[in-house]
Amino acid sequence: MLNTERKPITGKRVQLMATCLCDAFYDDVAAATVQILEYLGVEVVFPEGQTCCGQPAFNGGDWVASRKVVRHTVKTFAGDEPVVVPSGSCAAMMFHGAVLEFEKENDLGEVEALGRRTWELGDFIFNGLGVKTWPGRFEATVALHRACHTRGTKSSPAATALLSSIEGVKIVEFGEGEQCCGFGGTFSVTFPNISAGMGALKLEHIRAVKPDVLVSGDMSCMMHLGGMAQQEGKPIKTMHVAQVLRDALKNAGLIKP
Amino acid sequence: MRFQQIDQFSAELKADTRAAVYDGSKKGHEKRTKLLYDEFPDPDRLRHIAGEVKQHVVENLDTYLPQVEAKLKANGVIVHWAATAEAANEAVLGIMRARGATKMVKAKTMVSEETELAHFLEKHGMEALETDLGEFIVQIDHDHPSHIVKPIIHKNRREIATSFEKNGLGAYNDDPQTITRRARNFLRHKYLEADVGLTGANFVSAESGRIVLVTNEGNSRFCLAATKCHIAMIGIEKIVPRDYDLGLFLNLLARSGTAQDLTVYTEFISGPKSPAQPDGPEEMHVIFVDNGRTEVLASECRDILRCIRCGACLNVCPVYRQASGHAYRSVYPGPVGAVLSPLLMKEKFPQKADLPKASSLCGACNEVCPVNIPIPDLLLRLRNRAKEENVPSPGTPPMGAWALLASQPTAWRASLFGGKVMNYLPTKLLPIPALRAWEAKRALPAWRGGEFRAWMKNRPKQS
Repeated sequence: MLNTERKPITGKRVQLMATCLCDAFYDDVAAATVQILEYLGVEVVFPEGQTCCGQPAFNGGDWVASRKVVRHTVKTFAGDEPVVVPSGSCAAMMFHGAVLEFEKENDLGEVEALGRRTWELGDFIFNGLGVKTWPGRFEATVALHRACHTRGTKSSPAATALLSSIEGVKIVEFGEGEQCCGFGGTFSVTFPNISAGMGALKLEHIRAVKPDVLVSGDMSCMMHLGGMAQQEGKPIKTMHVAQVLRDALKNAGLIKP
Repeated sequence: MRFQQIDQFSAELKADTRAAVYDGSKKGHEKRTKLLYDEFPDPDRLRHIAGEVKQHVVENLDTYLPQVEAKLKANGVIVHWAATAEAANEAVLGIMRARGATKMVKAKTMVSEETELAHFLEKHGMEALETDLGEFIVQIDHDHPSHIVKPIIHKNRREIATSFEKNGLGAYNDDPQTITRRARNFLRHKYLEADVGLTGANFVSAESGRIVLVTNEGNSRFCLAATKCHIAMIGIEKIVPRDYDLGLFLNLLARSGTAQDLTVYTEFISGPKSPAQPDGPEEMHVIFVDNGRTEVLASECRDILRCIRCGACLNVCPVYRQASGHAYRSVYPGPVGAVLSPLLMKEKFPQKADLPKASSLCGACNEVCPVNIPIPDLLLRLRNRAKEENVPSPGTPPMGAWALLASQPTAWRASLFGGKVMNYLPTKLLPIPALRAWEAKRALPAWRGGEFRAWMKNRPKQS
């Protein structure tokens, strides 16, 4: 069962879990996250000691290795503030995966406590802060890929509502939206044929509706789909939800360019 | 490069087969979803309730099983307990021999696939004929079912027409109606000749001892119409507490499995022929089969015993759609099979320990499961078990060094900067298997390690 119960928000300070993918590849997504949170009047603290949520080893079955990383994460994100993550996948690792692998551990309570104050970015803005519409302007036809780890959570409805409230955004639905893009972390390299088969189908559906940009709340899916499209010689433009929200503000002069 | 077996199987799969599996499962999933959401205001709630009922049964099997046995006996049924597949098959053979029977007609039952009953009986000089059309085709083809409810989802009608011709069932004709008519003509005679009818059970009510069978071809009914002896081979987890619960389960099973409001035939069998029930076989046996289920019950994956074998998780699974059921080398393919099959192997678990890896953990299986089994969590538990038992896993990057790095911030930051060297290296040529597998199919984004940290630190102080 997904543990999506959340501690109510008090105060206007959050800790940012940037995710290892943003740390290594997608710095602008993390920056956009900071910018939109600050636009909403939220103070963003970035704990320097952060590394990774522990998911790669968790999914790989090496729970001993994963717990080591989770323990480090619990220590790094000490405190009471909400932890905001621009990834449904890493957020779910904190409130679901980590809890599963700590079931029999003495420090389960600490892991659960971190899970209860960890929020996926869209969920935090829409449900945590109660911001239901987004100002600014972003002229684009958007295909929104709903990342699998947000199934059963409030993240996808939140992202959909926020994006569609932006002036100029037109969301287009594409075929088999419930299907996975094929990334799946280490799955993408241990099952490369199946993973790529899944990705090819997803790209076919997305291209069929001719979006200007493919958007997701998870850069992992974008890394896989964008990387495949580029390898095929037919690149597609990919963005994180946070980047669309930030650019909408910029386009309307609501934040400095 | 060595990849996982299931991935290799998928890569070598015939395009025709993949297309047949993909189309069949996609249609099945879409029809199921439409039907459930058109007809129920909150189908998700139904799944959760059904899941709780079955979980309750699983956790209280020790009280339900004796209760069911008593009810069945009171209904005039002879009850057998089989700890293993061999014991279950021997029990069937024993019943047949005691009656001097040599011919059996068989309805579709997954547990008899598990025990390989038909092969076993044939080896002992008995005829055991599959009467479900799909299973019949599998049998004459010496093939294996590749889906729990659609055993021949991997075949197209041209292949079926060819095997009918080869088996003396008329000249080549791939018209589905002709194929069905020919099978029916052949089977009708067999029903009349048979001594014993074997079925499974979709549900057994602990309250009444009624066994419930659903089919769409009416073949289970025919199996019982002309034979004198009915044997039901049933997995011990098939119990529901009350007759009342069947309303919930029958509604969910047909919609989830075949996108029907109700299967065409639903039979409630409360025992052999009696003054109160003038039709049907004069003798009825129920063989409860364990075959590894109590080990599953004792494990942390016991939730999988809730499964009602609808196949919805196969239909929605993107990996199943790419790989087909045969990729799983098991009676139970797809997400449910990836959990159940390795568990049923007992101490031979390592032989099937790769199955739980064949998932992107997308969770679609859990979302459609009529008894809400947390399949991704169970897959993860089994991956952990495989790691603990040191089962080799081709292609899986080792995580020990990564964990060390990811729990030492200074080393982590250094590697973020150091990683920039990737932007200048011919990464495709590096002897790093994971990297090569990635780059065979996708471009690698530019390494920008540490850029965000620098931005965060150096930007003007925010007010």
